[in-house]
This record gives sequence, C-alpha cells and structure tokens, in this order.
Amino acid sequence: MATKIKEVFFNPFSKNNPVIVQVLGICSVLAVTAKLEPALVMGISVTAVLAFSNVIISLIRNTIPTNIRIIVQLVVVAALVIIVDQVLKAYNYQVSKQLSVFISLIITNCILMGRLEAFALGNKPWPSFVDGVGNGIGYAIILVIVGFFRELLGSGTLFGVQVVPQALYDLGYMDNGLMILPPMALITVACIIWVQRSHDKDLQEK
Amino acid sequence: MNKQSNTYTILYSAIMVIVVGAVLALVYGALKPKQEENIKIDKMKQMLSAVRIVTESDDQVIDTYNKYIPEAFIINVAGETVSNDKDAAFAIDMAKEMKKPSSERMLPVYKFVGDDAQVRYIVPLSGAGLWGAIWGYVSIDANGSTLYGAYFSHASETPGLGAEIEKPAFQEQFQDKNLFKDGEFKPVEVMKAGQKPTNGADYVDAISGGTITSKGVQSMLNDCLTDYTAFLKNLSNDNSKE
Repeated sequence: MATKIKEVFFNPFSKNNPVIVQVLGICSVLAVTAKLEPALVMGISVTAVLAFSNVIISLIRNTIPTNIRIIVQLVVVAALVIIVDQVLKAYNYQVSKQLSVFISLIITNCILMGRLEAFALGNKPWPSFVDGVGNGIGYAIILVIVGFFRELLGSGTLFGVQVVPQALYDLGYMDNGLMILPPMALITVACIIWVQRSHDKDLQEK
Repeated sequence: MNKQSNTYTILYSAIMVIVVGAVLALVYGALKPKQEENIKIDKMKQMLSAVRIVTESDDQVIDTYNKYIPEAFIINVAGETVSNDKDAAFAIDMAKEMKKPSSERMLPVYKFVGDDAQVRYIVPLSGAGLWGAIWGYVSIDANGSTLYGAYFSHASETPGLGAEIEKPAFQEQFQDKNLFKDGEFKPVEVMKAGQKPTNGADYVDAISGGTITSKGVQSMLNDCLTDYTAFLKNLSNDNSKE
C-alpha cells in the first residue's frame, strides 16, 4: 500500500506529469509564466485547490448522485477558487492584481476536472489528497521552470531582482522581448517535453 | 434512499448550494476589512508614484502618504473648493465622476508637500483603453502647468503593447511637460514617434503597437484635466502675483 501512495505522489512529477505528459492546463502555463512570482503563486494556488477539492469530492463520493456529479465537482472547485482568490486579495494584493483573471480561471483548468473524475471519485480521501498534491506540484514545477527562463531571458530578473549584471548590458546584451510574449511559453514547454522524452524512453511513441 | 431518484438529486443540490453559499459568505465577511485596506494602500501607492516616490513595503505606504500629502480637497469645474475633507476626497471614484455631467463633478485634488516644502498637486485621471478601463494620477507643480510626474495603470490592456503604459519608461516621458502654452490649455499629446502635434502642445512618444491605448491616455489627460483648467489657471495667477 505504501508503495502505491508513493507512486500516486511521485508519478505526476515526471512520468505522468499533468502538463508535459497529459498536456493539461496549458492555457494557464502560457498566461502566468512571464514572471517567476505569479508562476509560483499560481502553482501553489492550483495545488491547494486541487488537493482540497480532491479530498472533498472523495469524502462525499458515495453520496453524489451520478447524473449531477460534474455539477457537484464544479461547485466544489468554484467555491475553493473563490476562497483562494479572496485570501490572495487580502494577503498578497500585488500578486492577486497580476494574476487577476487567471485565479478565477483555475476553475476551467483541465487538470482539476481530470483528477476529480479520474481519481477522487474512485478513491479514499487520503490517496486523493496525495494525488492532488502530487499533480499540483507536478504542474507547479513546470510553471516555475518556464517562469524561470522567461523572466531571466525576457526581463533579466528573477523574482523581480536584477540578476543579469549591468556590465553585460553595457556590452550590448539586450533582454529578449519575445520571451515575455505567450508563444515563447509554448516553445519553452515544448523544449521541456523534448528533454523529458529523450531522457525517458518509455514515453517515446513508436 | 434511492440515490438516483429525482427527489434525492434535487435535495442534494439544494443542500449543497446552501452550504457552499454560507461558507463563501463567511469567508467574504471575514476577509473584507483586510481587502479594503489593501485597496486603499494600493491607491496611496499609485498617488505616491505620481510624485516620483517609490515605496517598498505596505506599512511604509500609509506613513509616507500621511507625511507628504497633508491635505486634500474637492473642487468643482469652476475651480471653487467644495470641501476640505481629506477622507472624502480620498474616497472619490474618478471613474464615476467622469460619467456625470461636467458641472456636477466632484473633483479631488491632493496636495503634496515635498521635503523641500515644494508644493505640488496630484490629480486623478480615468478613461478607457482598448479593452477596458485605464486610470492614473498626474502631479502638477505649484505653477499649475508643469507636470512633475505621472502614473498610469490599466485593467486589461494587451501585455507588451498597450500594457506598456504602466512601465516607468512611458510614464517618465511626462515629467516636466507643460499643460499650458501662452496661457492656453493644451494638454500633453501622445504622438507616434517622429510626429509633432500641430497646436504646439508638448508631446510624448506613443507606444508602438499600442495605438488605441496611447490615444486613450491622451483623451484621458484631455478629458480629466479640462475640468481642472479653472483650478490650474487660478494656481498660475496666484503664482505670478507673488
């Protein structure tokens, strides 16, 4: 049993990563990764929402009438998203301004409905919680990697702190404005997928 | 009870909605004061950046605001002071005022006194960009004409294009530009690089690729500051007498 829990937790990191293997939640990866900080906050928010909605759905899974189960899932996710949004507005106003609409869009993040349908409806609360946290972290890792490269190459900063030395700019180095635009997020994700597939032979299609 | 029956389904969804509603109301009620505080601090921060003061932490903002902005008042279009209540002036929503007819507008003015006892006036702006609202603050020297600084922000302009109005590079252009030329009100124009306004007004470079947002900034400056012209003219008259 213990090994099964481990698998549930670690599989989404690489082998079954929601973003680069299942290719879910791409929309928010494009939108919030221009800077590292919102990417990290988004990752944490999604992890929190995913873990708790998984637990709640798993707890009530035996009472949910089958024909309205999607609606029940949506209501639970929507309520949690509103709570996250309100908490951010109260405790991290600057970040909530940056993330603005994307927090509400967590509701439409495919990873959430995917995990609820595929896992929480058929498993006990504890494995569901672990599954939620695992998938959330798997998603957050990709967000942070993409955010790291986009902020570094696009703005020369990390977490808003200048890291590219001024001397380099004096020599004629320029920030790559293209990295700030959404298409480069897609290309960065593609590069990550490429690296992962060449590393992990199981994932290669014949 | 049969879990697939209609009664069960209806009861289930009704109870679910009530429970979720109650929880959300509770969270909202508990966090509201903190959120309003944040919105207030954010507004102060925006005003301060219009007078070129950059504040780091949120605690600093309130202190800095109270230190540098001792007074605020509300004027009407004729330039007469309607109220001296600082809090009332702070609470005014410029977007709502701009929807009223010009004669009914309550126009807030925030008085800034710098470290060198230099007086400046901060005026709020509100307008429309390409996708949604844009707003900002400009600070005007005591002569009623020279801009000291500007701050702009937006709700939903395109990142990298229209959204560039919130970057210092764009805002810094407004420094030391004049709103009056030979006693005539000619607000700063936002022009495509290389072009000049025909009426001799001061101008700044627009954002390439953000034409509609740039035009929005210009008409916002024009619309909002027009209401302040009487007040600004009084300032410059007072000044020339001294």
